[in-house]
Amino acid sequence: MLEYIAGHFNYWMVIIIMMAGFYTVISRGNLVKKIAGLNIFQVSVFMLYISIGNVKGGAAPIIEKGVELYSNPLPHVLILTAIVVGVATTALGLALVVRIKEAYGSIEEDEIHDQDQSL
Amino acid sequence: MENHLSLLIVVIPLMAAPLVAVLPNGRFPWLVSTAVTSFVFVLACWQLLNIQAGNVISYELGGWAPPWGIEYRIDAANALVALIVAGIAAITLPYALQSVIKEIPANQHSLFYSAFMLCFTGLLGITQTGDIFNLFVFLEISSLSSYALISMGKQRQALTAAYQYLIMGTIGATFFLIGVGLLYAMTGTLNMADLSQRLPELYEHRTVHTAFAFIMVGFALKLALFPLHLWLPNAYSYAPTVVTIFLAATATKVAVYVMLRVIFSVFDFSFIKGTPTDELFLLLCVMGILMMSFYAIYQTDAKRLLAYSSVAQIGYMMLGLGLASMLGVTATLVHMFNHALMKGALFMALGAIVYQIGSSRIDKFAGLGKQMPWTFAAIVIGGLSLIGVPGTAGFISKWYLVLAAIEQQYWLLVIVILAGSLLAVIYVWKLVEVLYFKSDKESNIKIKEAPLSLLIPTWVLVLANIYFGFSTELTVGTAEQAVKLLMPSVN
Repeated sequence: MLEYIAGHFNYWMVIIIMMAGFYTVISRGNLVKKIAGLNIFQVSVFMLYISIGNVKGGAAPIIEKGVELYSNPLPHVLILTAIVVGVATTALGLALVVRIKEAYGSIEEDEIHDQDQSL
Repeated sequence: MENHLSLLIVVIPLMAAPLVAVLPNGRFPWLVSTAVTSFVFVLACWQLLNIQAGNVISYELGGWAPPWGIEYRIDAANALVALIVAGIAAITLPYALQSVIKEIPANQHSLFYSAFMLCFTGLLGITQTGDIFNLFVFLEISSLSSYALISMGKQRQALTAAYQYLIMGTIGATFFLIGVGLLYAMTGTLNMADLSQRLPELYEHRTVHTAFAFIMVGFALKLALFPLHLWLPNAYSYAPTVVTIFLAATATKVAVYVMLRVIFSVFDFSFIKGTPTDELFLLLCVMGILMMSFYAIYQTDAKRLLAYSSVAQIGYMMLGLGLASMLGVTATLVHMFNHALMKGALFMALGAIVYQIGSSRIDKFAGLGKQMPWTFAAIVIGGLSLIGVPGTAGFISKWYLVLAAIEQQYWLLVIVILAGSLLAVIYVWKLVEVLYFKSDKESNIKIKEAPLSLLIPTWVLVLANIYFGFSTELTVGTAEQAVKLLMPSVN
């Protein structure tokens, strides 16, 4: 049992971080906190990819004499792309929050909702 | 050039996007975008002609052979969806000139068209690629640019609508990414054709089922399948008119296409039958069609009414998928094409009214039908097509859907499809009644007919609705070909 838990250590961490991020997105009313939660959620997926690229006993994927076993570099490359996408999403999200603050004077979801309803 | 056709369709708008962004504001950004979309439309037609014989085009990016390199793999299904996207964009842009001048501040025009080009690139990229991670990248290109486009709406609610869509869209895309990661962990490949070779022996494995579930839920969010549609009504009603037309006619269709691709090309028919996917789709679609049509009836804003109707129509598309028969999937593909035509036409006609009176509230429309006869006629014909009256494109897709339901003797589904049409009669009538039969006593201001640059694109789509109601060679013919390739195990 202990071996099962320890052997899947990376997956446990991924799940915990993923749920923490996802919960933040759903439960927080503050728009900036939502974006932060979204970011944590995405980072957990990056960790999932990077950890499955690891080969037990494998070296870093740089060709060198005497090294036979390498880790898989492809997931890392994929995640490099996904990180860029994540940065763009965060930037756009925060830019929208700035505009919302200018338009509504608030970044709390319920206050914004009330303002729209009272019109 | 013919060899590189499948790549050029994606690369040309991609190159155009930064070019348009640095052009000075004024007519130039529009001119370049229009030229690019028209050219890409020609290329998309050419591509469809190339695969008419039932063959499949495989293009290796940078000369790297699949499965190591990225492969663009074009068959009838891709070519049809690419044609929808390119066709709608090519018709939307002539419409955009006047509409954008009115709705977008003059100093943002080049950025607007640049974002539009990026969205166009992303949607086309999704249809062309045969690599599942590349698909994710294009999905994010199209999504990020569409969030920016939606936030350019005039009212401040556009900002919150874009924000809401950003949160839900990113969750959807990340779910897709998790699914792809799990598939990669199991098979070690990202090429769709290669995945379909390696997956069958792993069908019993729980990780594969989890991956499939993540991908399905992720894309159900993107295509606004009931009950994951919450972002859509706000996004469509507050976005600038041109953006609403383009997204309503293309974005959800592309997401449906991805669903088809993943279900039938990456996984296969036997896998779906072993999961509750098809039953779940049927249940959600039935609920979606009925509830969203009811919601549409009670809307006071015309754009919102059509947005809810869009969610209901997505229900019809996914219903065909849920039936998981050849006829059902044919109906899905045909309805994707036809719905793009009818929603495009309806949102354009509505946009013409908004252009003239500056509001999309239904109570402001009283008596406008007599002052804007051409726009009114477009709404009537588009509405008839939405209902599915014989002689319009909408009839063809409903017909195939009903045939597919009868084939499997789902009588309840037949009733739901017909009930959905009846509800559509009510909400279309609601528009028609206010526009034509309600007289506007309070104000005597004469509203003129919309300018020709708005009317001509609208009527091109309206006439296409009628044309494809009689000639089904392109739509049904191509869809049947696509289905043969998607579901080889069934014949």
